[in-house]
Parts: sequence; structure tokens; C-alpha cells
Amino acid sequence: MQTAVFFAIAAIAVASALGLIVRRNPIHGALFLVVNLGSVAAIYLMLNAQFLAAAQVIIYAGAIMVLFVFAIMVLIPGKEETGPDPLRPFRLVAIPFGAFLLVEILLMLVVRPAPPREPPGAEGGAEAIGRLLFTDYLFPFELTSVLLLAALVGVLALAKRKA
Amino acid sequence: MDFPAVSLRAILPAIVILTTAALVLLLDLLPPRERKGHLAVVSLAGVVAALLATTWLWGGESRAFRGMVVLDGYALFLDLVICYAAGLVVLLSMDYLRERGLESGEYYALVLLATVGMMLMASAGDLIVVFLSLELMSLSLYVLAGYFRARLASGEAAMKYFLLGAFATSFFLYGIALVYGSTGTTNLDRIAASASRDSLMMVGVALLLVGFGFKISAVPFHMWAPDVYVGAPTSVTALIATGSKAAAFAALIRVLVTSLRSTQPDWTVLLWGLAAATMTVGNVVAIAQSNLKRMLAYSSVAHVGYMLIGLVAGGVFGTGAVLFYLLVYTFTTAGAFGVVLLLEHAGGEGVSLADYAGRARRHPILALVLSLFLLSLIGIPPFGGFVGKFYLFGAAVRSGYIGLAVIGALNTAVASYYYLRLIVYMYMREPEGVEAVSTPSFAGGLALAVALVGIVVLGVVPTPFIDLAQAAVTPLLR
Amino acid sequence: MTTALAVRDFVAAFVLLNAVIAVVTYVTLLERKFAARMQSRIGPYRVGPHGLLQPIADALKLMMKEDVVPATSDRWVFNLAPLVFLIPCVLIFATIPFAPGLGLADLNIGVLFFLAVSALEIVGLFMAGWGSNNKYALLSAMRAVNQIISYDLPFIFAALIPVVLGGTLRLGGIVEAQRGLWFVAYPLLGQLGFLAYLVAMIAAENRVPFDILEAESELVAGFRVEYSGMKFALIQLAEYAHVIGTSYLGALLFLGGWLGPGPAWLGLIWLSLKALAVFLLVTWVRWSFVRIRVDQILGISWKLLLPATLSLLLVAAAVVAYSGGARGA
Repeated sequence: MQTAVFFAIAAIAVASALGLIVRRNPIHGALFLVVNLGSVAAIYLMLNAQFLAAAQVIIYAGAIMVLFVFAIMVLIPGKEETGPDPLRPFRLVAIPFGAFLLVEILLMLVVRPAPPREPPGAEGGAEAIGRLLFTDYLFPFELTSVLLLAALVGVLALAKRKA
Repeated sequence: MDFPAVSLRAILPAIVILTTAALVLLLDLLPPRERKGHLAVVSLAGVVAALLATTWLWGGESRAFRGMVVLDGYALFLDLVICYAAGLVVLLSMDYLRERGLESGEYYALVLLATVGMMLMASAGDLIVVFLSLELMSLSLYVLAGYFRARLASGEAAMKYFLLGAFATSFFLYGIALVYGSTGTTNLDRIAASASRDSLMMVGVALLLVGFGFKISAVPFHMWAPDVYVGAPTSVTALIATGSKAAAFAALIRVLVTSLRSTQPDWTVLLWGLAAATMTVGNVVAIAQSNLKRMLAYSSVAHVGYMLIGLVAGGVFGTGAVLFYLLVYTFTTAGAFGVVLLLEHAGGEGVSLADYAGRARRHPILALVLSLFLLSLIGIPPFGGFVGKFYLFGAAVRSGYIGLAVIGALNTAVASYYYLRLIVYMYMREPEGVEAVSTPSFAGGLALAVALVGIVVLGVVPTPFIDLAQAAVTPLLR
Repeated sequence: MTTALAVRDFVAAFVLLNAVIAVVTYVTLLERKFAARMQSRIGPYRVGPHGLLQPIADALKLMMKEDVVPATSDRWVFNLAPLVFLIPCVLIFATIPFAPGLGLADLNIGVLFFLAVSALEIVGLFMAGWGSNNKYALLSAMRAVNQIISYDLPFIFAALIPVVLGGTLRLGGIVEAQRGLWFVAYPLLGQLGFLAYLVAMIAAENRVPFDILEAESELVAGFRVEYSGMKFALIQLAEYAHVIGTSYLGALLFLGGWLGPGPAWLGLIWLSLKALAVFLLVTWVRWSFVRIRVDQILGISWKLLLPATLSLLLVAAAVVAYSGGARGA
């Protein structure tokens, strides 16, 4: 049962990721991204990481909306530039190269399979995550706030009207 | 709940710089609001204080925050390199920004925040910290690259740097995820303890190398470098070329040498190829460049190739040589970009090869200083560049990578062509057009003097510094 | 999971879903009556005694109307939008405990689940605005994104105040922590927190005075201008369901939930009365205030509400720290 559900969700995730790449319309792409992120949240739920799942949905709902606005304001969907792609020869090289890398990875999976690992047994509730954030991961947690400060200062420096 | 002991001592230099950044942001709001010169002085004071803190901590060794941060000789040595890079950049920025009317508190705050990220990369004990500090550094640099908003090239530089950097980051994160999948931990020491060579680990290591490759701009991940170096404000270019590279190398070496030691045969092969390609492409393409900043960009790509030789050679000698070369390279490159910056015109012109024709006549001192830096970049005694290359190639020969050493030596010969061409332009060509003579300010002069003293001292009495570098890497190799 | 349990869950979900739809249908009538009284009118009166059958008539009318799909619309997006909009608005009821033990799932991250699901609502709204391929609709969707991104944070922070005070994310636990003293009765902290919650809630629901995204005088009907028939009904249903759901959440978080005098089985009545009070308060605001400008809306969020809710959260944490632990923990 668990395995079946997992594969169903994983299939949705992969399919929506493909849709995101293949669709030319950026709005459709962003919608596929919503599906993708939602299915990843579902996988988190199956791993008993409820907090992570909820946080993922809350954060990415906002992020996706920004993406929508960005797509409309910058990319003007429906009016994408047409004409010969200057990078077309590179793309022809990219496909066999990508296929080669894929085969190499698959080969490696066969030759040197990774031993199956027990999933970490820790409970993924809000309390467990909170505890981890303030003990083992205190330093990365604080470092993230410095990172946000830098982002904030950077955005202001770029968006300030003067000069 | 037992909180981890908060030992600020282990991250003292970074804390000093971070505090200075916050102070700069606060002072920015207070009068005098028109002049921002004092903010640069405060930033510089912070960098010097961090330098003093580093020397005060020298010889200490500790782990803090549950193994997230490592304070050892290696981190301190690189803190030194990064502090010098940041200090030189702040000095060079002062007049450069004022002449263009773009001085602001945010600029210095971002330079300092980027420095914090670089320092923490050098002392990270966990892949998560490596990632976060890498992002802190990169994010600040993305913004700084686009700091001249009125200039189209600056915006282009920021956009390219940001998009490709974000792309590289995703590779890096994927690599971390796979390594975690293989070992069940992100702590560098524990990865080393449970190292296996299964498929997850191998793919993870390859992806990590791609991520780092972008940051150190190794071929074939160097595409962003020339455009970013040209478009970004020259002071920021100096920081990207020196500090960010030193930090990326710092994290790369620590991750490869301490935690991925079990896969050394595998990544050595990869690095061999990267080193050869990086040197050759960097030098050959640099020949064709007529824009000086672009030429220096390719030259810095080539120098990354030289440093990768030391990493391939491995051991105390190879890795120590990389560290020493990083020190030399930081002084030399910051100095070379410094001269370019001082001779640049307000609109960002005056950086093409033709503009440098006959410059020795109008700016005899600056031309001489630039020539000395270029000679160090080629690797001519008595400058630091010579000693650095000598140790790198020596380490390669000692470890049996003679082919790589030969490629390196050939590349040095190729490189001397375009460096010497610039010197020839400055001394033996007639100047075109009339050009106002600008006298470098005190701050700019001081920066060049420090860099010049640096490469001469490192070239004439290298032994104590080599010993320091080798002592710094010894704990990693245990 | 045994089959019996699964069947029970499905039946429970089915019952709840229909109950929600029934309640929402009649809430529209309530609002119309309420608004009419405020304006000295009588309101719907013709269909059934005192107009009580009016919602049924409305629903039948909407179901029988022609379903128009604009020729130039982004067909898939246009057709999916009402569903994507409706699902999160109904899903929020899944985690609401209506009385001790009465509810689909009293999750241990109940509040977070609620916030996460209701954050998804905007995706459907944007799809409707974009898919219509209509200038009014698109402008409305862009305004909605502005507003919702700005008000999500104060809404979350305001909802977290009771979480901190109660020491749990489980909605049932938060209610039990209010036994003796409702969180709204905490001096200053409670009232200000509740006020912030109400303001953020009104903004998140795009109701007057924050209804710039459907401002009739400028945008006709905003993102739903091209919808007709059943799809229009679904969108209306979703909007009202969201308002009711958020009212229930407010009653649970600040007003003591099902706590009240009388026997325990009165809990459901108490909770519903409190939620109704919140809903009427919001409606009262709707019919009393004028619409405010976009810049004012954004200014209120970023300059007033966000710092205010953050400091209230800090105060709440301080209260918990100095009174020796959260009440529910």
C-alpha cells in the first residue's frame, strides 16, 4: 500500500517536473511547479515529516505567486520570442551528452549499488524540528538569519530609487 | 533541552566582521548623510580587527556548535588571506566609488557580509554550513556585481552571475543530498568515518565538484567569469577574483581532503582533467582578449588551473602549495585589478589594450607597479608568483604527475606572451589621444603598496610562509 | 488501516463536506439579510417564508445557466481554476475540531495545516484571473497576489500567538488551554492579537475594505468576470467557505472554541455561535467601511501589521517564559 502510494506520488512529481521543463508557456510551467511541490510535500507527509510538509506548502505558495508575477511582468507569456535559436547546434550536442551521462549514472547504479539504508527514525513533528534547530543545528539556523539580512540589504541596494 | 555551548571564540574573526557590517548599516542612517567616507574607514577598521583576532587565535584548535564550525590552523590561514583580500578591496573602493558618486553604506555592508560568508566557508565543519556560507557570499556578490545600476554591463553581469550561480548551487545541493543519502550525515568528519564508494557517493562527489567548479571558475564551468569580471565594478571584480576564489578553494580542499578521502583516486582523475583544461583554455583564450578586465578574467581562470595541480598532487606538499599560491595570487590579482581600477575612466572605459598604449609616459609609477604584478603573474623571480608556481609544479613532480607539471610549464610560457604584450604596450607604444593625468589617492596607493610588499616578501623570504601553509594543512591530512 | 475505519472516514468526510456546503449556502442569505437591515431594507423576502428558500432558488438558477467559456481563454487553466480555488477552501474544515472528539482529524500540526492549505487558495484565484484572458481579470489577479503575499505573514503571526500561549499546534489542545481564561481576554495581548487576526483575515479574504481585486467600479468583478453558471457558483461557494472556515479558526484560537457553560454536548453550538459572531463582525465591517487604496493596503501590512504581530508574538513568548510554561503543554 505504502509503496504503491509512493510510486503514484513520485510519478506525479516526475511528470509535473517534465511538464515544467517542456511547456513553453511560463504560466503553465509555474502551475506544473505547484503540482510538483505539492507532491513533494505529500512525500514528506508519508515520511512522517508533517511540519516540513506544511512549511513547504506555505512557503512555496508565496514563492510561486512571485514567480507568476515575474513571468507576467518580465516574460510576457504568449509573446515569447520566436525565430532561429542561436544555440541550436549546442542543443544537438547536449542531447547525446546528457544521454551519455544518464547511461553512466545508471551503469554506476548497477555496478556499485548503494546499500539500502534505514530511513532516520526521528519524528518529523514541529517539536522534533524545533528541538533540532535550537540544539544541533543552532549555528546553521543563525547563519540563515545573516543570509536573510544580506538578501534584504542587497534588495534595498538594488531597488533604491536614487542614482 | 540542552543547548550547545555558544563559543564565539571559534568564529571570532567572522563575528568581528559581522558586527562591523551591522555597525556600518546603523552608521549609514546617522549624519553626515552626504559623505560616506567614514563608513569605509569603519569597515577597514573591522577588517583589521578581524586580522588581529586571527593572529590572536593563532595556534588554537577547537570545534564548536556540535561540529558545525572548526577552528584550526587551516581556517585561520585562510581567514588571513580573506581578510587581506577584503581589506584591499575596501581600500580600493573608497575613491573609486566617490568619484562615481555611488558611495553607500549598503556597498560596504555587503562587502563585509560577503567576507563573513567566505570566512565561514573556510571554517565550516558541516556541508550545511558550507552551503549556507557559500550562499551568503554569493548573494552579496550577485548584488555587488550589479551595483552600478545605470550601466547595462553591470546589470548583465549581475544577472549572469546570479542565474549561473543559482544553477551551480542546485548542483551543489544535489551533491550534498546524495552524499547524505550514502553516509547518513552531513558532518564532514562523520562522512569521512562512514565513507563508502557506492554509486550515490560517486555521483554526489561529482555533483559537488561541479558546484565548486562554478565558484572557482574552472573550465568548463568558467563561462560566467569573463562577462561578470568585465561588467561588475572593478573593485567588486577584485573581490570576486580573490576572496571568493580563496573561500571556494578553502571549502573544496577541506571537503575533498578530510571527508571524501576514501574517494581520492576517483576525484583525483577528475581534477587532473579539470586542471589541464582550465590552464590551457584560460591561457589560450586570454591571448585573444583586447579588454584588459576580460584578459585578467581568463588569466585568473588559468591560475585556478595551476592551483588544481597542487590538489591533484595532494599530500602536505601539494595542498600546502595551493594555500601558499592562494596567498600570493590574492595579493597579485588584487594589485593588478587595483591598477586597472585607478586608471579606469569614470564611464567604465579605458580598460582596453589600446588605451594602455604609452601609459608608462603619463603614469610612470602605476605602469611600473602593474608591470611588477604582471611579472609575478607570469612567475618570474623574485616575486611571489615564481615561488608559488615552483612549489606547485614541484609537488606535482614529487607525486609523479609529471605530465601535469609539463602542461603547467608550457602554459606558463603561453601566458607570458599576453602579460608581456601589455608591458610592451605600456612602454613601447605611442599614446593615442590626450588623456588627463590622474593621481591615485592615498587609499588606492596604500592598497597597491600593501599588495606590492606582499608579493615581494612572499617572493624573497617564502620559507616561513610555506611552513605556515604546510602546518595549516597538516591537521586536515591526519 | 482496516476497511471499517476507512469507510467510517469516508462517510465522515462526506457528511462534513455536505454540511459545509449547506451552511455556506445559508450564510449568504444571512449576509444579505444582515446587510439589508444595516441599510434599512428588508432583504430577500419572496421565495419561501421570510425568503428562507432564496439560496436554493439561487443555486438552481446558477446550475441551469449556460456555461460560457471565452474563445480566447487559456482553456485548461480557465476550467480548472474554480476547482483549484474550491478544494483548499473546503479542505480547511478537515482539521477543525467542532467539539471534543468531533471532527475529521485533530492533527498535531492543525494550525499549520490550516495555514498551509489556505495559502494555496491564491493559486486558484490567479489561475482564474490568468485563464480568463481578460484585462480586468488579470489586473485583479495581480492585485490579489500583491495583497495576499503581504497579508499572509501578519495572518500567520497573529494565528501563532495562541499557539505560543497554548504551547501546541493542535487546535483541540489550544482550546483546552483556554479553559478558565480565553486568549482574547489576556490583557492587551489578547485583544490586540485578535484585532490583528481580524484585520489580516479580512484582507486575506479580499473583503471590503480590502477588496481592490474585485472593486466593482474599476474592475467590474475582478478575477471572476468571465465566469458564469456552475463555475461562478463554485467560486462563490469557495469564497464563503473560506470566510466561514477562518471564522471558525478565529473562534478556536481566541474565543475559547467549544468552551462555554452547560453540558459538554453544547460545545458544537457554542463554537458555531462564536464563529457566527466573528463572521457577523467581519460582515459588519464590510458594510460600514469604504474601500482603501492599494498603497494604503500594502502600507498597513508592511509598516503596521507585520511589526505589530511580530512584537505581539514576542510578548506572548515572554508571557509564557515568565509564567512558567505554556498552559497547554
